[in-house]
Amino acid sequence: MRAQRLTVALFCVAAVLFSGCNGSEKASDKAAEPQPSATQPQTQKLEPAYGDMIIRGSIGDASVLLPVLASDFASFDITGLIYNGLVKYDKDIKLVGELAERWEISRDNLTIRFFLRKDVKWQDGRPFTAKDVEFTYKLYIDPKTPTAYATDFLKVKEFKVLDDYTIEVTYSEPYAPALGSWGQAVHPRHLLEGQDVTQSPLKRQPVGTGPYRFGEWKTGEKIVVDSNHQYWEGRPYIDRVMTRVIPDPATMFLELKASRLDQMGLTPLQYMRQTDTQWFKDNFNKYKYLAFGYTYLGYNLQDPKFKDKKVRQALTVAINRESIVQGVLLGLGAVAYTPYKPDTFWYNPRVEKFSYDPEKAKQMLAEAGWKDTDGDGILDKDGKPFEFTIITNHGNDVRKNAATIVQKDLKAIGINVNIRVIEWAAFIKNFINKRNFEACLLGWSIGIDPNQIDIWNSKKIGESELNFIHYQNPEVDKLLELGASTYDPDERKKYYDRFQEIIAEDQPYTFLFVQQSLPIISGRFHGIEPAPIGIGYDFIRWYVPKPLQKYTIQQ
Amino acid sequence: MGLYIIKRLALMIPVILGITIISFAVMKMAPGDPTSLVTDLNPNMNEEAIKRIRAHYGLDQPWYVQYGKWLRNMAMLDFGRSFAPDNRLVIDKILERVPITLLINVLSMIVILSAAIPIGVMSAVKQNSLFDKATTVFVFLGFAMPTFWLALLLMILFGVKLELLPISGIRSLNYAQLAPFSQVLDVLKHLVLPVFVSGFGGLAGMSRYMRSNMLEVIRQDYITTARAKGLDERTVIFKHALRNALLPVITILGLSVPGLIGGSVIFETIFAIPGMGQLFYQSVMMRDYPTIMGILVIGAVLTLVGNLLADVSYSLADPRIRVGD
Repeated sequence: MRAQRLTVALFCVAAVLFSGCNGSEKASDKAAEPQPSATQPQTQKLEPAYGDMIIRGSIGDASVLLPVLASDFASFDITGLIYNGLVKYDKDIKLVGELAERWEISRDNLTIRFFLRKDVKWQDGRPFTAKDVEFTYKLYIDPKTPTAYATDFLKVKEFKVLDDYTIEVTYSEPYAPALGSWGQAVHPRHLLEGQDVTQSPLKRQPVGTGPYRFGEWKTGEKIVVDSNHQYWEGRPYIDRVMTRVIPDPATMFLELKASRLDQMGLTPLQYMRQTDTQWFKDNFNKYKYLAFGYTYLGYNLQDPKFKDKKVRQALTVAINRESIVQGVLLGLGAVAYTPYKPDTFWYNPRVEKFSYDPEKAKQMLAEAGWKDTDGDGILDKDGKPFEFTIITNHGNDVRKNAATIVQKDLKAIGINVNIRVIEWAAFIKNFINKRNFEACLLGWSIGIDPNQIDIWNSKKIGESELNFIHYQNPEVDKLLELGASTYDPDERKKYYDRFQEIIAEDQPYTFLFVQQSLPIISGRFHGIEPAPIGIGYDFIRWYVPKPLQKYTIQQ
Repeated sequence: MGLYIIKRLALMIPVILGITIISFAVMKMAPGDPTSLVTDLNPNMNEEAIKRIRAHYGLDQPWYVQYGKWLRNMAMLDFGRSFAPDNRLVIDKILERVPITLLINVLSMIVILSAAIPIGVMSAVKQNSLFDKATTVFVFLGFAMPTFWLALLLMILFGVKLELLPISGIRSLNYAQLAPFSQVLDVLKHLVLPVFVSGFGGLAGMSRYMRSNMLEVIRQDYITTARAKGLDERTVIFKHALRNALLPVITILGLSVPGLIGGSVIFETIFAIPGMGQLFYQSVMMRDYPTIMGILVIGAVLTLVGNLLADVSYSLADPRIRVGD
């Protein structure tokens, strides 16, 4: 929650498979804006106090509570409370020290020296030292460890423990995302060394250095963590965090209505209509902020229809993205124009936007040779009508609805669109990986670090690689490489600004929209301060004033 | 009889073997594999990392080698470890979900039988009466109504409006602090809605079946004989007719043995019950082969055992059907 691990960030949003759009019952690292004060209950001046419990709803159960093995959101949501990394992103999305007090980066940008905190203890009382960091590093790069997060650590050329509280890592070439990659959870050496990590009891009974210690896990039912009174940042105010597994969003909402849940992620409909009552306004606070992810319509650039960038631009001009945001998200989102989140440092607002204009789209298509020559209402070229199929994955209504609006908009200018919804595994193996599609409607998470080489590089076109639309532009390749090896943020931003201009011009995707995360939290919780990164960053400072406390916790 | 049972048991072995081969093959034919959810569209994965993970699960070997390994372990009753990231023993994952699934299924079976048998008998005896027609509408209503919809309506009524019953889950938050008696009461309260909803849905099948059995039986000669003997209607119906009409129910009960540990995904999802249905669904979606196979094997064995039990008890209950004598 608080420090959702950075590596998770760039994971495809589609991985939140069965959640539809609301895989966001974590009000975590999202940039935020508070609700207009009218919807907030009266905030009394009430002192922070220890105690009480927060009950959160989650549509899925965690799978494993060792971060090195986990790959799903539900697991990271819990481990984020139990473990710390060396660094973390603060409320303004700036890297700050967590287990590392400070760090020094060498002049050639190849070596980082971390100075660790000396006052940190594992939850079983053992001191935390540089040996634990070394062990964690070795664990991730061990070929026997089935982890999804080895890539960044494999770039380390040398790892040195200088003394108990100092470590030094050296890279063979400057790698800007390196520092952020040390936000990965540090694992306890004394409990894991010399064991097969996949069989470790810590998978279900984790021990970390974080603000909450593991309490209880009833599979498919709930996970309970209790506050760590010895936490090095200070004891968290809220004594207990219970995460209840409620797979059905409608049931979850009823539990919220019956006051048996304190926090969940709302759907746009729930946010706009179902919680728009006096009772909800009196008892809950709603928050909304753009999520770190966008939805796009990707064109298979190997398909002759989509080779011409004029055609792709025309398609974007023909699609009313504003109406998708209104219709599908009920206005709770923003139109996307580039692969970065609109309210962040890396976003370039000056790119070509290709705003909605169906007449202009027709004209652009005519220039590209697509005209309705036989008068059947469908554009054609060389005797072939303009018709294609959009594929998207099953279980995500937002995508399906967006595809329907795209279909309607393109029909209006004389393009026939079919929609095909396919189960996830088949979708990936038989269609995306085999390049067996014309256009796909999908989403990406947006990483906090702007590095996007894996998605846009000309060479990442192999089977199961991520540039599955075969986008190839040598200038983009170069810009992304420069971006990844430049440490100075302002210089780095120049490369990514230019990259966004080119992507906007080329339109290999029609960028559709960025959704908003819509957490709702019981009004008795105070101290929640929305920031660019979201609301969960200072979870340990949330509190319930004594007179409002609901549950009594005996630890 | 003893020989017959032994023969039937021996015949089960090739059948189960066949079932596992077909299941394994079908499962392997489905696109994707257990690593899909971790590796697909994940920028952190490169070819080597994917290979590494696949090798960890033994997925780099041909399917018959994988099947052979699985079968060898299975022969020693070792269900193996799950391919899900939790990597737990399959048998643990199954066993922790069996009790709640079993409890709900047994309870709803009791509810169904105790409602369906009287309804079926009455509507047969008073065929085409108002009662017959009303109950027909009622049971088909239950059959036709979508589970999730009915469940949500009942949750809103009893959980949110009246605050009489819990909405979802199987235990209250303060379960651990309750006295043993209150604990039982607490679980029962949580089960009222799930059992009612699943019972209501299952009523139609059983009551219609009962009705047609009964209709058939009361037209038999021996019923006429019983009436001719001057027995009163009550004895005719409940002693002579009902007992004969109940015989086929044994078969139905036998067939529902595997269903006792099988759950419904929709139903468990809506009530947030951590049961078998969810486990199986998740395993299929994750392509968690060992767990899928484990559940299928248990299901297959229970089906065959259920059939055998039905046949045996049928022959015990009905002197007209005797095998091997």
